[in-house]
Order: sequence, then structure tokens, then C-alpha cells
Amino acid sequence: MPWPHLPENFRETHRSVWVDISSKLYDPAEGNRVYHEYMDQLEYADSLGFDGIGVNEHHQNAYGLMPSPNIIAAGLARRTSRAAIAVIGNSIALYNPPIRVAEEFAMLDVISGGRLVAGFPVGTPMDTNFCYGQIPALTRDKYYEAHELIMKAWREPEPFAFDGKYNQLRYVNCWPRPIQKPHPPIYIPGGGSIETWDFCVENDYNYSYLSYAGYKAGKALLDGYWERVAALGKDESPYRAAFAQVVCVADTDADAEKLYAEHVLYFYNRCLHVYLGFADPPGYRTIKTIQSGKLNQFRAENQRLFTSLTWKELVDGGYVIAGSPETVRERMEHMIKSLRLGSLFLLFQIGNMPNDKVKHSTKLFAERVMPQLRDLWPEWKNDDRFWCKPLETRVRPEETFAARNGR
Amino acid sequence: MQERQIETRRGLKCRVLEAGQGAPLVFFHGAGGLFKEEPLLERLAARCRVYAPEWPGYGVEGGEEKLEDMLDFALHGWDVVDALGLDESVRLAGHSMGGMIAAEMACIANRSLEKLALVAPAGLWLDAHPIPDMFSMLPFELVGALFAEPKNGEKFLTGGIDFSNPQALQNFLVTNARRLGTAGKILFPIPNRRLSKRLYRLVAPTLIVWGSADKLIPLPYAERWQKLVPHAQLSVIDGGAHMVPYEQPEPVAAELVRFLG
Repeated sequence: MPWPHLPENFRETHRSVWVDISSKLYDPAEGNRVYHEYMDQLEYADSLGFDGIGVNEHHQNAYGLMPSPNIIAAGLARRTSRAAIAVIGNSIALYNPPIRVAEEFAMLDVISGGRLVAGFPVGTPMDTNFCYGQIPALTRDKYYEAHELIMKAWREPEPFAFDGKYNQLRYVNCWPRPIQKPHPPIYIPGGGSIETWDFCVENDYNYSYLSYAGYKAGKALLDGYWERVAALGKDESPYRAAFAQVVCVADTDADAEKLYAEHVLYFYNRCLHVYLGFADPPGYRTIKTIQSGKLNQFRAENQRLFTSLTWKELVDGGYVIAGSPETVRERMEHMIKSLRLGSLFLLFQIGNMPNDKVKHSTKLFAERVMPQLRDLWPEWKNDDRFWCKPLETRVRPEETFAARNGR
Repeated sequence: MQERQIETRRGLKCRVLEAGQGAPLVFFHGAGGLFKEEPLLERLAARCRVYAPEWPGYGVEGGEEKLEDMLDFALHGWDVVDALGLDESVRLAGHSMGGMIAAEMACIANRSLEKLALVAPAGLWLDAHPIPDMFSMLPFELVGALFAEPKNGEKFLTGGIDFSNPQALQNFLVTNARRLGTAGKILFPIPNRRLSKRLYRLVAPTLIVWGSADKLIPLPYAERWQKLVPHAQLSVIDGGAHMVPYEQPEPVAAELVRFLG
């Protein structure tokens, strides 16, 4: 959910899109229009048959306007009744106490009739450390404790005391309880910290690699993840992995450039303009991850690279999958198979892309690409461990409202 | 200076630089760590037996995961003093983060500290004079915030590292992440762990030394320290930046020697 009105010379006049960006750039009255447009687009995706619609958490920035994704998710839970609501996710180390996440996610799961997919990110350094003041070297420790507390709150049928380092609670007693038992499917969005892999594999959580560097760069990282899956003796279900990808579909390849290039470039040039000092505070990444040579995606080289890329380079390099339905299908099939992906987070709205173009691209994808990508893992088609399990009989708000109010 | 390894009762190992003859002085370094050259310590060694222990996270030994909050750091400081075999009448000194911890040690100790010398200590916060966020600074910005003379900054902070060598770069990143990651436990995001409410307990004679041109922790903090510490005297070094012990070791050493006797 980017702010679509960053000035042309944003990079020259502002040091960062995140953390200390001037709030003078935000116009609340226009924000009213923008929020509803973005929520309409998510509801539209539900109506087109997407399996899920996703929201995420970011703070103090013009790149993502959802400090509280749960608010958007609550709106979607009322306005849709079919697609999964993927909240990817709540930065659990930031909630005080984190039982708040157990409660709000339970509310979303109950309101949506069991459609919640629950994401637990550690959070970017910009959000977690600089906006929300968490001590970098203790962030991960606090995250693990929050995770333990939330999962125990969902599993334990009776109130219990929790004596944590960061949270001491005499009576933990999550009300309401999630519909999905023992808990909604857990997705862990990661940017490349290698200890996150083992955490996902050991708990049978989905590992979601969220990057804007595209699937070619993502391959090296996912290969590392699949090695850990094998090393820890787990099955190779593709549903253990998800990937975020920018997708732009048009009638022809040439049309894709004509329709979408300026908006994608707006995103790469302005929305990813993060001051380097906010990208990697000492202590946030573990020594093991630094030694692995996996550098932060907001590091200097990427900042220079992202902003200098042309449309052709973005497409050829796999940062963006764009083109005719056939081109997009072919590239996505290659991506899904080579990275071994069971789930995809597809970004149709990007940068300052206006509503009509977003809908055009989303619709073409749903009708002409998606059906052909559904059956790529036939041997795993019964693996339901990594997706939500909604109630068969659940409230469909649009129907009950009409029935009750005679409309 | 000579160096040796000590081990605290808790089992944390650390390196200690030592030099000189005379009454003992334990000096705690700041968030940048001990440098290859320690010009202030070398000068103090002419008059005292100087001990400069390295904080966990700053040397080759691990153990920094055991230090999580201000109390852990202060107790570790006393563990080091004990491991050095020094008695109660020790004299403590510290620069920046080291000064913050030395002051905390003095506040929590049930012992008669002989003297305390603090050079541009961290630990207080004044809304009217916000301390710049050193954790978001890029190396060149850090140099400007810490040093009066940028050349000195390059010499002390990155001296001799060939950043075109990937292994050297990675070693630098690891070292930096460990050091400032550790420092962040008591300095991030605001370097204030409520020391101000305990400073009334600091009854030992105290010297506060400050550079007049400190851009990281500016001079109004010196006045605040002087006001909060019951027996404090203040010496201001003309033109000194935050790294005044490294850029102007002579006048800083002269003030400390005058005070310590």
C-alpha cells in the first residue's frame, strides 16, 4: 500500500522513504480515497477467485501504509467471505504484551470463519529498531519469546502464568480462541536471516521470502532453505515455501511496458529509497548470517542498482514478471518449479499504479494465467498443512446483512 | 602497553591492557572499543598503574550474550575489578559509554570508591539537546560526529582496513556488529537507562571532563552531570570533540593527573 504522490525529485530532496520521511507529504483527505481504493482492489481479487488476499505491517513510511494490518484485515473479513485473509503479518516483538496478537488474530480467524493465515515477521530494522525502538541485539530473542507466548496461549485450554524475560503475565487466557485448531497456519516472512530457516522447518511453518530482487536473486536463497529442509529430515512439500513477486499482465508484452513501466519505476526509484543507516543496525542480524555472506537487500549496492534499472533490465532480471498472459505464465511456471514454491504473494498494485490498470492486470492474471498454474504440484495437492481451513458453514456477511435488513 | 587475559567469577574472559606504576586506575573504554593506540592511557601510565579492560563483545572472547541490561554491565565492571585483585579504594575512569557504566558502578556499589573520572560520559538525555542517533550513522557521518579532525577519525575507526578485500570487509562488519550490537543494549535507541535518578548516591570526588566542541554529546550535558553528581568538578577542554581523549590526550591527561593526584 504505497503512497502514490511522492514528488518526482523525491530521492534528491528526501533521504529516506522510511522512518524519518516528512509527514507533510501525506494528505489525510487523499488518504481516505487511497485506503478505499486499495481495499477495493483486494476485495476485487477475492471476487476473481484468488486463494487469498494479503496485508502486512510497516511503520512510518510512504512505502506501506499499514501500521496496523489487522484493521485492514478486519475490513476485508467483513467484505469478503471466500478468500483466505493472509496477514503477513504482525511483528510480534513489537506488541506489549504479545498476547495482543494472539487475541487479534483469534478475532480475525473467528470473524472470517477460519480464513486467517497468520504471519509472524521479525520485522525490518527500519520498523522494529528505528521506528519502534527495539534494541537490535535483543530483537530476535524477544521475537522468540513472543512466539512461544502466542503459541502457548492458543494451545493451552486453561489460564497459565508466563514468566518470560520480556513478558511476565500472571494470567494468560486468550479469549476468543481461533477457529482453526490447534492454530491458524503460520507464515514466517524472512529477508534472508539463515536462523529463520531452521525455525520454520522445525515448526513446520511456511517460509515466505519477501524481496523485490525478483526470482533470479531469490533462487540462491531458496536453494539454501531447501538444503536446510533436507538436512533436518523433513519432506519437500512445496507449500513450505512462499515468494513475493511483482506481476504485471497486459494483452501483449509491448502493452505491459506501455501501461506499467512508469509505475514500477516509481516503486523502485522512490518507494525503495531507504536511508542506508536505517537498513542494518549493528546487532540486528546475527553474526552467523553476516558470515554467511547474505547481505541485506537494502544495502548500498542494491540501492544503487534498484534506482538505475531500466524496464528492460527489471523484466530480464526477473525483478518484475511482466508481459502477455503467455509470457507471464511461462516465466511464472519456471519460477515456481525452479524455486519449488507452493504459495505466491503477487503484487499487482505497485508504486503509483492507478486503479484501472491494477484491475486490468489482476483480471488478466486471474482469467488467463492462474488456472494454468494451479496444478503444478500434483503429488502434493492433498497437503493441507500450510493453508487455512475455514468452517464449511460460516457467516457470509453480505448475505446475512441482506436477509436481516430486507435488501 | 602490556596485555593479559582475566576471567571473572561469572566465567567471562576478557583482555586487559596494563601499564605504569603507582596507585591503580581502572579505565573503561567507550562504544568504539580499545584502539591500536591509546594515547591517553599511555600518558596516564606515567603516574598510575592503568588497567583498561575490554568489554565482552569487543574482543575475541565471546560472552556478550550474558550482558543484557545496565545492571549486567555494571556488575560485570565490578567483577573485572575483583578479578584484577584490586581493593575497595579503587579509582575508576571511563569515556563515553565507559563513563556511563563507571558512574552506574559507583552508584550501585556499597563501597567507598576513592575517585571517579568521567570523560564525556553517556547516560543522560536532555530533550532540548537530543544526542544524534549514532546507530543510524554511516561511517563517514560517524567520523564527523565524533572527531574534530576527520583524518583522526579515519585513523582510529577504520585505520589500515582494505575494504576492497571481501574477507576484510566481512571481518569489519562482524566486528562492528558485535561491538555496537553489544553497546546498543545500553545505548539504543536513547542512551538513557535512568542513571540520573541514582546519581545522588555517587559520593566519591568526581571529575567530569568534556570537549567544548563535542557534537555527539554536547556541552550542556556536562553541566547536567555537574548538577546531578554531589561532588563533581568540571574541566572543559577547548575545541575538544567527543573523542577528545584520542585527539587531545595531553590536556585530558593533565586534568586527570591533577585530579587523581
